[in-house]
Amino acid sequence: MRSVGFAALTALLLSGTASAQEKIRVGVTATLEGTYTVLGEDGMRGHVTAVNVLGKKIGDKELEFVVASTDATPDSAVRAVRKLIEQDKVQILLSPLSGDEGIAVKNFAKTHPELTFVNAASGAQETTYVDPAPNFFRYNMDGAQWQVGLGKYAYETKGYRKIATVGEDYSFIYTQVFGLALEFCGLGGKITSRQWVPLGTKDFASVIAALPDDVDAIYLGLGGADAVNFLNQYQQAGGKAHLMGGSIMIDQTILSSKGNAKNALIGTIAASGQADTWEDPRWQKFVKAYQDSFPPEKRFPSPSLLATNYYGSTMALILALREVNGDLSNNQAKLKEALAKIEIDAPNGKIKLDSNRQAIGTNFVTEVVDDGKGALFSKVVKVIPDVNQTLGYDPATFAKIGLPSRTVPECKKY
Amino acid sequence: MSLIQEARAREGMLAQPGTAPQPAAWSVTEQPWAWAVAALLLIMPLIANGFFLIEIFGTTLILGTIALSLMFLAGYGGMVSLMQLTIAGFAGYMVAVFGVSGNANISLGWPWWLATPTALVLAVLFGTLGGALAVRTEGIYTIMITLAIGAAFYYFTNQNWAIFNGHTGINTIATPHFIGIDWRSDIAFYYLTLAVAVACYGVVLYLSRAPFGLALQGVRDNPRRMAALGFNVNAHRIAAYAFAALIAGLGGVLQVWNYRQISPGSVAVERCIDILIVAVVGGVTRPVGAYIGAFIFVMLRTFALDFLVKVGLDGNRFRLLIGLGFLAIVFWSSDGVIGLYERWRKRGQHRDTRPGGHGHG
Repeated sequence: MRSVGFAALTALLLSGTASAQEKIRVGVTATLEGTYTVLGEDGMRGHVTAVNVLGKKIGDKELEFVVASTDATPDSAVRAVRKLIEQDKVQILLSPLSGDEGIAVKNFAKTHPELTFVNAASGAQETTYVDPAPNFFRYNMDGAQWQVGLGKYAYETKGYRKIATVGEDYSFIYTQVFGLALEFCGLGGKITSRQWVPLGTKDFASVIAALPDDVDAIYLGLGGADAVNFLNQYQQAGGKAHLMGGSIMIDQTILSSKGNAKNALIGTIAASGQADTWEDPRWQKFVKAYQDSFPPEKRFPSPSLLATNYYGSTMALILALREVNGDLSNNQAKLKEALAKIEIDAPNGKIKLDSNRQAIGTNFVTEVVDDGKGALFSKVVKVIPDVNQTLGYDPATFAKIGLPSRTVPECKKY
Repeated sequence: MSLIQEARAREGMLAQPGTAPQPAAWSVTEQPWAWAVAALLLIMPLIANGFFLIEIFGTTLILGTIALSLMFLAGYGGMVSLMQLTIAGFAGYMVAVFGVSGNANISLGWPWWLATPTALVLAVLFGTLGGALAVRTEGIYTIMITLAIGAAFYYFTNQNWAIFNGHTGINTIATPHFIGIDWRSDIAFYYLTLAVAVACYGVVLYLSRAPFGLALQGVRDNPRRMAALGFNVNAHRIAAYAFAALIAGLGGVLQVWNYRQISPGSVAVERCIDILIVAVVGGVTRPVGAYIGAFIFVMLRTFALDFLVKVGLDGNRFRLLIGLGFLAIVFWSSDGVIGLYERWRKRGQHRDTRPGGHGHG
């Protein structure tokens, strides 16, 4: 039985090596399992949209994409990436989706300096800020950059002074709260409690019971199934507080969820790397392309942040490949150079990379509105261009704040 | 237990039909294919490339070794423990914590020859303590308490940042480098896993016929009679847990060297259940079942998505295919693949009258 398997394997191996002519093989990972399944699926829609819009031709070569699934845990990401490299022989990686996956894949990238890794959507700060890998490029902003503007808007326009936070207990949400706290506390606001729940939490009863009453608003840093579960239980518990949302909380992945729970989000303020109703023609064109690529029941009314990120990273990769005419010789040196220099006109504003190969881009403060037909969208309140990774701080000052964690940054002015 | 007692026990067991060890049914003279597989495994680096060598065969051997520890407990001791992967993960974490990794604030930076034995000793300690708790229960309660230990450990690693670095886990773990060989290079690592797997397999096989193993099987079949014979039933069971923890720990150390990274996802409850699936699919009556189960599991896990996409179906449903595969095996044979093979062999030999090897608890 086993030897039959071997024969089949050998055949598979031989066929695998013979067919890789004139193709550029790109491995893509997305969270197609677990809590973030919905996010992974929409990320892939963004990727497919980009391929539809830009085409697969690179000079006389053609792009070929191989997809692997992860479940938002770092080890699943490393396993998927290794499979893509070693078995599917991909030359370029478009990976991964989630924060801690990003940290693990970045570290893994160092063991394959000859290949090129383009981050698909992950947004932990550490990935490109601490000990970055020279062959890892990120065209989306990190979680802290995505919160720029929110603290100020909450403090100055909404008049919130005291808030509490509830977030998933991992690097991306730490990074989001980091961005929020720096701005909000810098202006004099107070964060009175920070609650952290494990990714994949189903029962939020104790979390909801522990929410303080004497705060002006509650900040939610949840995503995917966790966010929907929280909203359901929060409504059942009679919660009425003002809400503020993180970038994957106020996102089509949640705003388009079934049921009434999402209605608790109307009026919620949030910040993210995109806003659903932005008037900019590039954004509108992207939304149209996304809607045209999939039938209505197989997509969200409007692309989620994940779709936008996957679109942006796929776009950067295809444009850079065209710039070097698909030349991957000399350990892909030309491609890497082109990727580091390229400036893309992404749907959510211009994006260029800093010296750590981290995106500098545009951020949006939004408010959730009902379009009158029961669909929820995020409406632009403020657009902030050129947000860099140190959030406008002097790099030395920024380094002193420390890396995002459950307790960093402290709620004070740095 | 004194030697005389052990000798007596052995006689007592041999006299008992059904529990008596038979001349090894796997023995090489009877099983030419065993030679073929052994030879194939030895020359594997000539046949398979990096991916198949490590991701398929290396991973199979590692998973198989962890499942072997469960097979030992379940098959010979009648104790289904769901914490074997937790013990393996614990050993992996300890290698990361005591050894060298990218998280300098956590890792103590000991050399591998110090960190690895420490990790193994701690894993055995962990397994023994868990076992001491679990032996107070039987059957489904053993499963529940070991599952509880596994779940508790998962949530602990997920939320503890001081030692386990929370959800991020520990990255860029250093792998051993000695006598001029990088033991994580594909071929060296493959032979390392093969050597460990063969050693564990051999020891389990030996133990199954050694006085300790026989006494353990006696405890499995009739604890009351064994107690009456003067055996300390619980001590035997705890010793079995300790030994199984050593095997699982070895698998865990290899696992962490393989990925150079460990995080709570590696010790999640689903992973614990994966080990049970591996053991059940392979068959818990023989040590080799663990490795066969692991091979099937790894093949399905790795290729189910590709397979579905290739035949034009929705790749998102690949978990379903995996589940159906396992269901089919368990449906056709309650004893896993080993059971299937045995039935097929017996049919070929005109109903051999031998009772079926080391029975199942």
